[in-house]
Order: sequence, then C-alpha cells, then structure tokens
Amino acid sequence: MMSLPFQVVVLWSDALFFGLVTAVVMLGMWARRQAPLRHSWARVASDKVAMVSATVLAAFLFVGVLDSLHYRARLDAAPGQAVAQKINYAVEVNSLLDVLLAPLRLHPEKTYSAPLATHLFSKEPLPGSIERGFPRLTWGGAHLGYALEHRTIDIVQRSALGAAGGLLLWLGLMSVMRLRFKRQGQAIESAQKPGAGEATMSQGGRAINALLAVADGDAARKSSRRVASHATLLTLLVLFLIMGVTMALGSGYHVLGTDKVGQDVLYLSLKSIRTGLLIGTLTTLVMLPVAVLLGILAGYLGGWVDDVIQYAYTTLNSIPGVLLIAAAVLMMQVVIDTHPDWFVTSAERADARLLALCLILGMTSWTGLARLLRGETLKLRELEFVQAARAFGVSHFAIMQRHILPNLMHIVLIALVMDFSGLVLAEAVLSYVGVGVDPATISFGTMINAARMELARDPMVWWSLAAAFTFMFILVLAANLLTDAVRDAFDPRTAA
Amino acid sequence: MSLLRVSNLVIDIGVACPVDGVSFSIEAGECFALLGESGCGKSMTALGLMRLLPPGARVSQGQVEFAGTQLLALPENRMRQVRGGGIGMIFQEPATSLNPVMRIGHQIGEALALHEQLQGVAARARAVELLMQVGIPDPVRRLDEFPFQLSGGMKQRVMIAMALAGRPRLLIADEPTTALDVTIQAQVLDVLDALRRKQGMAVLLISHDLGVVARMADRVGVMYAGQLVEEAPRARFFAHPAHPYSVRLFSALPDPARRGANLATIPGNVPPAETHHVGCRFVERCPEALAQCREAAPAWRAVNADQRMRCVLERSPGIEKVGTSRGLPAGRADDAPRSFESFSGQSPSGTAAEGDHDTMVPPLLSVNDLRVHFPIRRGLLQRTVGHVRAVDGISLQLQAGRTLALVGESGCGKTTAGKAILQLVSPTSGQVHLKGQLLVGLSTSELRPLRAQMQMIFQDPFASLNPRMRVGDIITEGMRTLGLAAGREKKSAERVAELLGRVGLAAEMASRYPHEFSGGQRQRIAIARALAVNPSLLVCDEPTSALDVSVQAQILNLLAQLQREQQLAFLFITHNIAVVDYLAHEVAVMYLGRIVERGTTDEVLRNPQHPYTQALLAAVLPVHGPLVVMTRLTGEMPSAAKPPQGCHFHPRCPHADAACRTTDPAEVMISATHGACCLKLKD
Repeated sequence: MMSLPFQVVVLWSDALFFGLVTAVVMLGMWARRQAPLRHSWARVASDKVAMVSATVLAAFLFVGVLDSLHYRARLDAAPGQAVAQKINYAVEVNSLLDVLLAPLRLHPEKTYSAPLATHLFSKEPLPGSIERGFPRLTWGGAHLGYALEHRTIDIVQRSALGAAGGLLLWLGLMSVMRLRFKRQGQAIESAQKPGAGEATMSQGGRAINALLAVADGDAARKSSRRVASHATLLTLLVLFLIMGVTMALGSGYHVLGTDKVGQDVLYLSLKSIRTGLLIGTLTTLVMLPVAVLLGILAGYLGGWVDDVIQYAYTTLNSIPGVLLIAAAVLMMQVVIDTHPDWFVTSAERADARLLALCLILGMTSWTGLARLLRGETLKLRELEFVQAARAFGVSHFAIMQRHILPNLMHIVLIALVMDFSGLVLAEAVLSYVGVGVDPATISFGTMINAARMELARDPMVWWSLAAAFTFMFILVLAANLLTDAVRDAFDPRTAA
Repeated sequence: MSLLRVSNLVIDIGVACPVDGVSFSIEAGECFALLGESGCGKSMTALGLMRLLPPGARVSQGQVEFAGTQLLALPENRMRQVRGGGIGMIFQEPATSLNPVMRIGHQIGEALALHEQLQGVAARARAVELLMQVGIPDPVRRLDEFPFQLSGGMKQRVMIAMALAGRPRLLIADEPTTALDVTIQAQVLDVLDALRRKQGMAVLLISHDLGVVARMADRVGVMYAGQLVEEAPRARFFAHPAHPYSVRLFSALPDPARRGANLATIPGNVPPAETHHVGCRFVERCPEALAQCREAAPAWRAVNADQRMRCVLERSPGIEKVGTSRGLPAGRADDAPRSFESFSGQSPSGTAAEGDHDTMVPPLLSVNDLRVHFPIRRGLLQRTVGHVRAVDGISLQLQAGRTLALVGESGCGKTTAGKAILQLVSPTSGQVHLKGQLLVGLSTSELRPLRAQMQMIFQDPFASLNPRMRVGDIITEGMRTLGLAAGREKKSAERVAELLGRVGLAAEMASRYPHEFSGGQRQRIAIARALAVNPSLLVCDEPTSALDVSVQAQILNLLAQLQREQQLAFLFITHNIAVVDYLAHEVAVMYLGRIVERGTTDEVLRNPQHPYTQALLAAVLPVHGPLVVMTRLTGEMPSAAKPPQGCHFHPRCPHADAACRTTDPAEVMISATHGACCLKLKD
C-alpha cells in the first residue's frame, strides 16, 4: 500500500471555505459567458483602485487558502516496531502555511521582543550571573553571534537581497505573462472569439491574464484598462518586494517581534487572516440569505408576515447582542466538551467552535440588514414598475426576484462589507469577553485582546496591536474599495 | 433704471454649460417670465442670481446687477441680506419647502427676525398680517399649526408669506404652481398677482406652462438649451410668436380643433448641457433650418420694436401657420375670447355617430357601482375606525376604440378607480366587466389570462421602468408571464424590435437600460411594454403630466395613432382639460370618489351642468385671448375619510342650499349621453 507521508485533514471550515471559493470561481466563469455581466466586470477591471484592492484581497485570500490546506504528519515508526503496523499520525494538525512559515513557527522566544530585536524586551536574570539584563534571543539575530554592531548592516543587506529577489520574481512572472498574453492576443485575432486562447491557461494566471486581455473594447476603455492593469502589476511589485524583504529578514529575525509567550507576531498575523476571512465570509453567508429573504418578504407581503418578522427581529434586538452570543457560545461549548469523541484532534474542536461562532453571529446579526431591506422594499413595492409587473400578472416570487432584489443589491453590497469589518471586530470583542474563538485559534481578536495588557505596560508593547491593526485595516479597506467599484459598475445609472 | 439686470450670465458644471450667456432685465413692479422646457436652464439661472448654485456649478462669466449692486461681487454676508431681504424666492414643491417640525408662526418669525428685526408680539402681528395678505383664512389659528395640517395650496401660500416677510423688491417664483391642482393654482396665482400689483414687487416667474405665463407675465423670455431665444411683451408674444421654437411650443399644445389630426411636435429633445454648439441651438429640431443656421449662432435680431429673437428667419404673419392645416391658435387669438363654446362649431368627426354607438355594441368595459374603501386602522389592536372612501360608487361604460377621460383634481380617487378596474387594488364592492366577463373576485390565476386584455400606462416614466432591467427584458416581461412569447429567443427579439418600431424607437435600443432615455422615450417604452400583450383596454394614468409640452404632443399623437390602428380603448385619467379636449370621446368628471358629470366631450366641456365642472373649466388658464376674471372655486377638496353629508360638493358650491347638505343628488340626464349629479338641475 502506497501511503503518503501525511494524512490530509479537511476541517469543516476548510470545506466551507473551499466551497465558497469554488462557488465564486464558478459564478465568475458563468458570468464570463453572459455579455451584460462581462461588460460590468470589464468596467470593474478598468478601475484602477478596484484592481489594486482586488490584488491585495487576492493576496489575503491566497494566504487564507494556504492556511486552509490541513494535514497531519506521519509519525516515524518507533524503533523496534514492525513497519506493517498501524501508521500513526501526529496529533497536531498543520496547514501548508505552517510548513512555509516553519522558521517563524518553530523558533519561539521566551517572551516579548521588539521587531528585529536581538534581545528580549524585558530585563531578566541573566543565566549564570546574578545580574539582571536583557537576555539574547535564541533565534532573532542569533546568526550575528557577538558581532552585534553588524546588525544594521545585516538588516540592510538582507533587505536589499530580499528586495532584489522580489523584483526578480516579479520580472519572471511578468515575462511569463507577457508570453501568454501575446499568444492569447494572436489566438483572439485569428479566432475573433474572446477567451479562445484561454483553454490552455492555468487557473492561477487566468485572472491576471483576463486583465491584460485588452483585445476588445474601444480605445478609451482599452487605455483605461491598460492603466488599471499597470496598477495591478505595480501592486504586485510592491507585494513581491514586501514579501522578499520580509522573507529575507524573517530568516534571521522576528520581523514584527514576538508576543508574551515568545510566538512570532508575523506568524500570528498571517495565521489570523484565515480566521478573519472565515468569520467575515461564513457569517455573512449565514446571515445574508436570512436577512434578504425575511427583509423582502416583510416589506413586500406586509400584513401578518410583516408582523411576525418584525416581532422576531425586534425580540432579537431587544436582547443585548453580546449576552445572546455569549449564552449561545457557552451552550455550544458545553456540547463540545461533553462529546470529546466527536473530535479527533484539538484543531477539529477549535474549528467546531469557530463554525459555531460564525453561525451564532450570523443568526444574531441579520436584523439590521433585514430592517434596512424591509424599509427599502416598502418603498420599491409602491413604485410603478412593480405595479406594471402586477398588471401583467407576474407572480409575487418573480416580482421579488426580478424587480425588488436587483434594486436592493447596492444596499446588500454595502451592508456586506460593513458587516465584514464589523464581524472581524465583533470577534475581537467576544474574545475579550472570553466567548470568542477557541483560545488555540489564532485571530486578530485574540491578538487585540492580548494587546490590552501589553498597552498597559511601560514601556508599551505596541507591535502586536500595530500588526493586527495594519493587517485588518488593509483587509477591510481593500474590501471596501472593491465593493464600491463593483457597486458602481453594476448600477446602470452610475455606469456611464 | 432696471431693478435687475443680468448680462451675459454663464454657468458651468464641469464641461456642461446649462446657462450660456443669458441677458435680461426686469423693471420694478414688472413680471418677467422665463419660459421653456425642462433642462433649458431656467432654474439654474434663478439659482445663479441668488448665488445658491449646487456644488460643482459656478458662474464663470457675466454680471448680475440688482438695485445698483453687483450681486456676484458681494461678500457672502452681504449677499445673505439680499436673499430674502432684496430678493425672495418660492419653490415648486410646497410640501418640502417647509420644515415639518416647526410651527408656521415660527417659520415666518425666523424670516421676520432676520430681515425686519421683529420679535415677540410685533413679529406675531406682522405674521398674521402676512398670512392675511396671502389669503389664508383664520391666520391667528394657522400660526400655531404645523405644515402637515395645511393642504398643498395653503403651504404654498405660507411659502409666499415667508418670501414676503423681508419685503423683497423682487420675487423669484420657480414653477410656483406646478405641484398644485388647477383650482388651487388659480387661487395661488390670484394671490401672487394681487400682491405684485399692490406692493409694486417685481416677479421673475419661471414656468413651462404657457397658461400660467399668459396669466401672470408682462414680458416673456423663451429659454432654449441655456440661452434666451426670444423676448417679447406678453400680448405680442402670445399673438405672434417669432422664434421657430416658440411657434412650435404653441402648436404642440393639445387643441380640440385638431382632434383626429396629429398635433405638431418638435422632433427630438432639448440637447444636453454638455453639447458643444456651433450654429443655432435649435437647428437639429427646426424644420425651417437653413444651411447658415448650422454654421454660425444667430445673433439677436429685432422683429419688432419690442420683440427680438435669435433667429435668422424672416417671419411674415403667414409663416406662423406651420405644421397644421388649420390655423395656429395664435391666428385665432384676437377674435376668440376664451371659452370652450368657441370651439363647439368645430365638432370633431369622431363624435358624430355617438348615439347609436352605445346601443349597438356591448361595451368593452363596463363598471357598475364600483367602490374602493381603505380601512383606517388605529390603536394597539389595529381596529378599523373608519374608511377612506377613495372610490365611492362609480359607474361607466367604454366601447372598443374609444377614449373615456376620467377628470378630476388630485385626491379625487381617479387613479384608485383605474387600478381597481385593473384589479390592482381589490374593490370593496361593485362589478367590473371586461368583454362581458366579470373581473371582481377572480383569483390571481383566473385573472392572469385576462391581464393581456387590459394594461396600464403610468404617470411617472422614471418610476415605471425597472432601472436594473434592459429595455428588451422590460418589454418581454409581460409576454413571458402571460405565455405569449412562444419560447423562442429569436422570435421574442423580433417582437421587441417590432414593438419598438411601432412606438417610434430603434430596435437596437432593446439592449440599453432605461436611464439612457429621456422622459418621452421612457414613456414610449412603457407603451410598448403594455402593447406587447395585445391589450384591448389601456388605462392611461396621467401619461403626459410629467412630460414637456413638445414631448406630450409626441406621446398624444402616438396614442391617437395606436387607437386608430388597433381599435384600442383608452381610459384616460388626467387633470389636464386641454388633453381631454383633444383626445377624449367621452368625459367623466370625478369629485371625491364620485362621478359628478359625464357625457361626450362636447357636452361636458362646452355645456357643463354641474357647478364643479363649471368651476374646474373656469380654473383652466387660457393661453390665448384676454384674461377673463371668473368666479374662483374657494377652499379645497375635503378628505375622503370624512366626506361631507349630502352632495359632496356642497361646502364649496356657490349655489348650495339646505337640501344639498342632506340629500345625495341622483344623476339627472340632460341628454341621452349627458348626465350630472346635482339637485339644482331638477327644475
């Protein structure tokens, strides 16, 4: 029997996450075949800000995907055991990201250290002496030995090397893409059919290639699209440079310092991305159908349906949200704790708790959007195009789907992004109360929660909070900007 | 010296130039009217004078001199004194011009404190005085009321009172009566005119309505695409309009003399403000354009001593009669003192064979004692405490290929009646038969096959098309729902192209979104949507009231043509008497949920019997001829939740007596087709 050196582990959240990504990709492929939708997306593609945001989001998503490929390593057979016996796998579930970030993950320090430091942040009794001082880090700057005066030069050298590496990588990618683009352009010219040359293309290059495919469209669109694709490439360059520098520095230092128990903050931040994305997207996924359906039903049908839905969300709203969530999470916790047999590893248990949190957050956060949609539907219902549809005998369902829903999409999109950022923040609050994600799960919330003590120290430990804040800020800002562009591109009135 | 002198005013919004070199002057005490279609830059000019332009817009050139001061050079704090103090302004929509949470007295008091430094008792006394001036009864009580307690006409009067609070020497009235009903419009215009004459206040009137301009103005300036194209005293302008645009504005007015024939239309639309003009701005729509019109913009040219225009055409009196076989209204203006009787000799051919029409064929639509009552619910348990009797027992018949106009002021229930006939609102009682089939009480699925027989065209072309759907999808929606689209993509695309062609649009417009179209084009799309299912009855709910005069003529022509070609029956809901006179075969006048008079168009409009019909017709502002001072209808329509006892009209009726307050009048037939509900007609 051929056996892999590892066992693939698909956590529930992984499955959902990949399901979501696949659904989005498939929707995208479907949309490519619909002329009007392709037209609208082409408009997004020619928006500079949108493409920069999309690139940044794609980078976040890439990290999230890497972190969602979980496995358990095979344990080497203990000496003396027969090889044919049952293979044992490690209890620890790791992801592909963990492998890539192994240098960061496997070199913890004792406690706090500042970014790029060579010594701990606080004084401790030095080993082998009675004095107190700043002990050397076991990993950060360890390669320097005692030549500490070379640290600055070392950092500069590594940065330069990293930057050069990033630049090279970018140039390599560019040339590959240019080649593809050229071939595609020829294919289009010969076939006069957009997308014909893409069959051979790899999945990864497709999105960027589509941007570069300026084969159709008028001159103005062409030039603006070229500007947008240039912006994309520039963003990629910046990302590659940052990546190169971080990698070069990270091989010898803790780039963003370490936290209380000596974990690398850069590692924590990168791991938090998946948690943030999951909480943001899965919760929205739970909340959105409920909010849209109930909001439109209440607004359009009115009468007792409206009364029932209104009572439901008024009741939900009248209970303080945090308490409701806390109660639900604690109940879930009890269920999880009383059924240890359900979960093989601790990672699965943490994952179950994360999913439960998403579900609970989703079930409590639909009320705001539903109320908003109800109000808007009340207005739309009286508009004359709805009356006209009724005069044709169009069924209620078709009216809601064809006439009401598309005219609510701008609100849904805005609410989606607002909620996305709100949910990432809510997770932080809940972690503060102690009912958030599993303590073993790394998230922005737990990082911010920890920062509460760190900020109270003197001198202040600022890097955990700064890292969490920067990552969250970039994520939420990119999502906001992209949504703005998408909303404008899909609103026939603003799209000139 | 003129009170206000505007010279070469240019307003930019980015590359667009909504006002491009406008010059005019207003003498003290004079009423100058800016006349033009929407999008011509009239309101922008007024806002520019007041320096109240929206963000992004700026005055890039020109001078505004008011009472010897250069307004555009004034610092903002001095300008604030001019606003309200020197120049007052009233807006189109009285409902949104007043702060809903402030008492009337406070709102007027605010203006008084600013401009007259009046406080307390003195301010209150002055406010009462102002309200008296604008003709509000019981002003002391009104001061302590909130805007929602006042009707639309009252609110507009309060707005006028507030504008008067600073004793302005110039009042800018931007479409002051467009949102009001004709009877209320007449009252408000009377107030404005009396005030102007009494106080010697100059008025800059902005309007698209030739009737309002004829009633109010001393001089008229016609605006087109950001420029004044003609300027003349009122009498001269209405008798002999000179510019081709002005001439066509007149000939586009619906007119009973042209029933059966097409109205003259101005093809196309006002060019958008971004257009870069080389030649004359009107050249694309002008049938008389010469080669030189395209090359250079025409300069001002005097036609008469006091009339000038931007046009190179020599206009002898004969040329005015453009576009129709009959003379223009202008040609008749002098010898025809305005009243409907003057047209009675020109009975349209369509109404000749009326008598036998009704008896021979069973009516296409027959409505019998239709009632729609909306419950008023109050309290915790939502108990019904009363009913709004929106439609209170109307009966009417409509033959195939004929037009029945349902006329009345807003709030009289005519739209609800139309919707109830289409079963969009479920009637409380009564019967509606379409082609002999009873509609009331049918389930949604039973009703669906009948939906193809009856369709509706709505008032607001901007709200009646789903902005997120393509025109092609909008048109095919009804066909698909009713199973008429035979499934085939290609076939339905052909059908869409055919329908678009029939309403005068190009087939390739099917893939565009509604926002790319102008109001008139949107209304055409709405008509195409209704025609898609081959209806025999179209309920048209004020289909032209949101459109400009020239576009209105296009739509009316289209409707008339469709009726001729397809024997469509129209139930035409409107408040515009001129449109009724042009288009309708029969008229039913509604007041507070009831039909008070009905008959053929000639009978009702030439020989009105019910006092309400008489008052309604008297309130219509004549475009031509001298002003005839008629007795105005006082007061406003009561609420349909508490209709008066007896005859609903008695509180406003000049002839009402004790019997009217207690007895419901039955219909009295004056002729076989003409009936009115009035007790006074018995004897």
